[in-house]
Order: sequence, then C-alpha cells, then structure tokens
Amino acid sequence: MAARAVPLKPVNAFAWIAVAFVAAAIFVPLAAVFVRADTMVKVLTSDWSALRFTIWQAILSAVFSVGLAIPVARALARRAFPGRGILITLLGAPFILPVIVAVLGLLAVFGRGGLVNQVLGWAGIEPVSIYGLHGVVLAHVFFNLPLATRIILQGWQAIPGERFRLAANLGMSPGQVARVLEWPMLRAVVPGALMVVFAICLSSFAVALTLGGGPRATTVELAIYQAFTFDFDLGRAALLAVVQLVIAGVAAALALWAAVPTGFGAGMDRIVRRWEAESAVLRAGDAVWIGLAALFLLVPLAMIFLNGLKGLAQVPGMVWTATGTSVVIALITTVLVLVLALSLATARRGWAEIVALSGIAVSPLVIGTGLFIMVNPWINPAHLALPVTALVNTLMALPFAMRVIAPEVARIEADYGRLADALGLRGWARMRWLVLPRLRNSLGFSAGLTAALSMGDLGVVALFADPDFATLPLQMYRLMGAYRMEAAAGAGLILLVFSLALFYLFDRGGRGDVDA
Amino acid sequence: MKHLLFAAGTLLATQAVAETPVLTVYTYDSFVSDWGPGPAVEEAFEKTCGCDLQFVAAGDGAALLSRLRLEGARTKADVVLGLDTNLSAAARETGLFAPHGKSPVVDVPNPFGEAGAWPDETFLPYDWGYFAFVYDKTKLSEVPGSLEELAASDVSIVIQDPRSSTPGLGLLLWIKAVHGDKAEQVWADLADNIVTVTPGWSEAYGLFLEGEADMVLSYTTSPAYHRIAEEDDSKAAAMFPAHYMQIEVAGKVAASDQPELADAFLDFMLSDAFQQVIPTTNWMYPAVMPEGGLPAGFDAPLGTDHALLFAPDEVAATRETALGEWLRALSR
Repeated sequence: MAARAVPLKPVNAFAWIAVAFVAAAIFVPLAAVFVRADTMVKVLTSDWSALRFTIWQAILSAVFSVGLAIPVARALARRAFPGRGILITLLGAPFILPVIVAVLGLLAVFGRGGLVNQVLGWAGIEPVSIYGLHGVVLAHVFFNLPLATRIILQGWQAIPGERFRLAANLGMSPGQVARVLEWPMLRAVVPGALMVVFAICLSSFAVALTLGGGPRATTVELAIYQAFTFDFDLGRAALLAVVQLVIAGVAAALALWAAVPTGFGAGMDRIVRRWEAESAVLRAGDAVWIGLAALFLLVPLAMIFLNGLKGLAQVPGMVWTATGTSVVIALITTVLVLVLALSLATARRGWAEIVALSGIAVSPLVIGTGLFIMVNPWINPAHLALPVTALVNTLMALPFAMRVIAPEVARIEADYGRLADALGLRGWARMRWLVLPRLRNSLGFSAGLTAALSMGDLGVVALFADPDFATLPLQMYRLMGAYRMEAAAGAGLILLVFSLALFYLFDRGGRGDVDA
Repeated sequence: MKHLLFAAGTLLATQAVAETPVLTVYTYDSFVSDWGPGPAVEEAFEKTCGCDLQFVAAGDGAALLSRLRLEGARTKADVVLGLDTNLSAAARETGLFAPHGKSPVVDVPNPFGEAGAWPDETFLPYDWGYFAFVYDKTKLSEVPGSLEELAASDVSIVIQDPRSSTPGLGLLLWIKAVHGDKAEQVWADLADNIVTVTPGWSEAYGLFLEGEADMVLSYTTSPAYHRIAEEDDSKAAAMFPAHYMQIEVAGKVAASDQPELADAFLDFMLSDAFQQVIPTTNWMYPAVMPEGGLPAGFDAPLGTDHALLFAPDEVAATRETALGEWLRALSR
C-alpha cells in the first residue's frame, strides 16, 4: 500500500499465491454456507438496529482508542526510562486476553464492587455503573489502546533520528517539530490504526452484550450467532457476515485513501534522541500520559493475576494438556501469518491489504460453519480440528501483521528502493539484505502479536470438536460452565502468562529499542 | 510432517480396535469435562456393553442441534444427549431421530399429563431442574417472593440473552407462562433491575460471584453445588410460586449404524448407574430417582404444582412472540 511516490512494479508470484489463498479461505466457506442455506434469505428489523449499534460503537471505540494512543505513543517514543521495554510488552497484554478474562479484570476495577467504586464510596460519592455504551467503549479501549499505541509508536520510531537532530540544529520548537515531522507521520499511520480498531470492534459479541447492559447493545455478531444456533437460518447468518465484510471493506478503502505516505528519506537507523522535547513541562506531561495508560491497563491485569493465583492450585491436569495444544497452534499460526503477511506486503497494493483485512471482519462462526459443510462429506471434521483452528486463527491475525509490516515495507522501498534497483538487488537477495534486516522490529512484533492472539482465541473448535483436542480458552470456558470459576481464573492466569511469554520472546527478539 | 505421522498413527490405532463396535454420543461441552457426568458414565457403560463409548462435545444444547442439522443423515452420531424440551420439537422436525419405543416411569414433574408418565415418543429425559434466581444469603436480606415482587424491588439481577442461551430462553418462557399478555409490562418493570444481559450462563454466574448483582438467573440446584463441592452454605435460590422447568433429553439417531447399542445406551441412561452420577456432576435432578435418593446437601425438588412448562410444539410460536416483547421492553 501507500506506494504512490514510487512507480508500481509488477506483483510477484508469492503475493498472487498469498492473495488467492486468503481470498479462497474466506470466500469459499462463505459461499458454501449460502449454497447450503435452503430458505429464502431474509433480514429482520432487529438486524438493522443491531447494525446501527455495531457501527456506532465501533466508530466510538476506534476514535477513543486511537485518540488516546497518540499522546501515549508520543510519550513512549521520546522518553527513555528504566523498565520501558517491560512496560511496552505488558501494555500489549489486554489485546491478547480472552474476552471473559479481560471483562472480569475490568469489572474488578470498574464494576459494582470494583476498586473505583470502593474509592468513590470512601469519598462519599455515588457509585458509577460500567454497564451501557460507555462500558462497551471502555472495554474496547482497554483491548485496543495497546495495539493502537504500538502501531503509532512504530510510526514515531520510523522517523530517522537524523531528522530530529536537524530540527534541533535549526532551533525548531516542539510545535514546529510536531508540524514538520510528526504530523505527516500521523497522517500516514493514524487512518490505518483507526481502521484496524474499527474492524475489530465490528465483530464484537461478548464484550458488547455483557457490558452493554441489554438488547440495545446487540451486535451483528450476536445476530449471526442467533441465526445459526437458535433459528438455524444459514442464509441470514451468511448474509449478515457479508454485511460485516462490506462495512470493513469500506472502512479499509477509506483508510487507504486517507493515508498519505511519508517520505522522510533514509536515515542511519539510529536510536532517536529528542532535543526539542527536553523541557520540564513536556517531561511531566509525558510522564502523566505514560502513568495514566499504565494505570488503566495494568491495574485490571493485576486483578486478573491475583484472582488467578487463588485458583491455580485447583487447575486440573487437562488444562496443561490444552496449554500444550494451544502453544503448538500458536506457533503454526505464527509461521503461516508471517509468510502470508510478507508475501502480501511486498505486493504493495491496496487490494492486497483489503483482502487481508477481511480476516478480522469475517465472522469466525460463519467461516467455521462453511469449512464444516465443505469437509463433512469427505472427512470426519474432528480429524481436522488442529489445521482448521490454525487456519482460522491465521485469517484473524493476518490483518494485524499486515498493518504492522505493510507500511514498513512501503517505507523501506520508498527510502532504499531506488538504491537497491541501481545495485541490481532483486528477488531473494533484496529480501535478505534490504527488507528483512529493516523489518526486524515489525516482524518480531507481528509474530508476538499473532502467537499471543492465537493462544487466546476460541476459534471454531466447537464445530470441529475432537474428544482429545481442546485449546486452553475452551478448557477455561468448560471450567466456568461447570461452576469451577476459581479454577477457570487459574486457567486464565496460565493463558495470560503463556501469551505474554510468547509475545515477549518474539517481540523482544525483533526489537532494537528495548535498551533505549 | 509430525501431523501426518500423528494422523497415520491414529488411523492404525483405529484399525486395531475395529472389532470393538463404537457408539458415538453427541453432547454438550460441560457433560464431557472431567467434572461432568461423562467420564463416570463412559466407564460404567463400557463395563456392560462390550463397546467403545465415544462422546463428541459440540458447544451447548442449541449448537448441538445446529451441528446435527448441518450433518443431516450423514451424521456419525448414534445418540444425541443434551437437548431440552424447548429444542425437542425443532429436533423432531428434522426427521433425523427414531422413536425410542420405550414407556419408562420417570420422576419428572409433568405439568401436562399424569404423574410418572412420559408422553414423548422420540426423546427420553435424563435429568431436569427448575430455573431460579440465586442469591447470597449473607448479602441479600429482603428476598423477593415472586416475579412481580422482584420487578417492584430494587434488587439487581444478571440474566442471560434468550437469543444465545438456554437459561435466557427459560426465563423468557417463564415470564410468558406466568403473565401471558402482560409479559411485556413485566419485562418493562424488570428493566431497572437488570444490571446486564450476558451471552451465556457462565458469564452471568461469573459476574454474580464477582458481586456485580444481587441475584443471577440459574437453577434451584445451584446452591447444592456450593454446599457440596465447596462446603459453602451462603448461596440460596429464591422460591417463587412457580418455576419454569428445563428437562434435558436424549434421542436415538435414525441413521445410526449401531441401533441396538443406541437402545442399550438409552436403557442404561435411565438406570441407577447413570442416574446416581447426575446430581453431583450435572447439578440437576435425576430423571429416575436412584436407590438411596438425592445426596446430602441437595434440596428435595418442588412438586408438580410449582412446575411451569410449555409443551414442545408450543415453544416455537411462544418464543417468537415473547422475544419480540422482550426486545421492545428492554430496548426502550
């Protein structure tokens, strides 16, 4: 994407294969559901109000997540302090948590008996309720602020240090630096971040319903679930899935159109020092932003940790087996996602990104059902539990990896492409010597994100259930379903620790800035 | 590569035991978990049947039926266990089930016919319970005694969505059964009591235990879990004049390649070996009271005069009307 400054080159074969693979994995199952639907497709009036609510909460969630992420990312980009690396990793945690774990963590802070209301109670102030549209948006910001922050932080780190040095030499004020260097970067990065958060929130189901307080907070995903399970109206389920896809596609097209590519030119890839931002006021301001974000994101995590410790002793052995299964799936998913994302990113075409983005917006339930319809006549679906789960997780995680990798590839090509052409660096050699070394940060972050997301995802396993195959989130839900809430909290803690460990290993492996 | 080897290994292993007939039972998730009835039921049945009993878990009761419909006559299921009387009419309409041909005497309150009789020719009950609002005795002192009292009070409740959850559907039908045409008004009165509506039972019960609401929609048997498994006597179910029932049923698949084994399993299901496992694993009442009765800590069930239930063939139409009323009342 975003390569308008550079003449378009022919798309390589890998990109074609990757696009074909992803498109087939999404649209063939969707078509299979339509074909199998034996009734006329009809849409209920309640579906329209669900659609309105879905879009509205997704817009609010995207605007608040990204709006708050900008000052936080800026603060993180220009400050060095002990523990910064660990903090950046921990800030990523909410994004990878299974919904119910995160919701219980949020409630321990913002709920009726949560910390906030206890403090308000001591101060003699009426308790506040988290339930309603504001609660839904709060939860979505909790999930997505870290992702938005990381995407925007990467944008900041992509501005070569030499530019800031030059700005300092010219005696630019913070305002001037913001206008000349930071604003153009934000123009390039923010639309994509908004689009990703919007697309994630579009398929929200449990968060919106649990915190929304009632049927006013019905989302399209719930309507799909209802159509599939209680009404068994496959046509309606598939149609609603298409509606979700179209909205996400429009959002993606808007974002691609609005994103203006940057052209800072090549730097020496050095660590950035910010001379213009060293005043005490700016330091204090940044400290406040980092502090608030850390408080907002880490206190619920700490509550999940504490609640989980109590239940850890009660966790049955099958949870550990499931942990192994989930780790294997996460690793397979990570390899698949990186290969696909690299192939798609080197195409540097908007449509490649839109195809990839479909993954977040498409209902996993509908994809799973489509795959089930396709394989059931030939193979026992239970035998395919592992590959299908990995495939669906790949589709879900690919858009995030693309969002991180594609702008970097575009930037590398914009900055070094002509030099590389002049040197005759092509094919694998170009990948090996030009692209991959400069993608280290992005690849590490994408791999970490993918692995962690895959750990926490319920996926489609219910349809492909195999007696001997269960992922960690599924076992956690089973514990809850059997009244074992404390043991489930323990399983949630195991999930949190393993997801974070995978995220940290990959992300750390790729990051050059952790010691800064 | 590993997976190919693994797949090959599984295939060989399957062929090695090919002489033992396999009975496949589709059920819901919590039935097969280590804490559910599954493991004990499997062990007991395999002692007598000379077969391999395999459970396949497919989400909850509603997802179970959807899966069966997707598979149609090609299904590998011999028995489906885990539907309830709200789903059984739709399940029968699929034509995938065979009549069980039995006339068992059951201990299930039957609001329609004579006590002990079981009129359904396709499905057999294996356990049952009453929906109820569960609360913490140490935290809630003024417990409402009926749906109207609850609606008039300022007691907070968490309920489940009738569009995605069987208990949620249970409450919808409960209020419809008690209040008929006035159901929409009752929901409107209840609106300010409802803290939130969750997609499933687990989320709601989790919120309740975290202290997010005074009461949660669950079962009259839920306090028994806390009493027996956690030695915690603080939970109780609020007793109302009448409670809507959930009767969980199982049926034999017509296309089964093991019809005799399926029959044997349904007989076994109503025997003591199966029924005595139910109370402390599924936390429901057994459909046939086993010798020795209910375990200590389990309250005796309410009698038939407290039981509410729509006949299976009335559910679909009632649900549609009631769902519209629910949406209107709670979306205001």
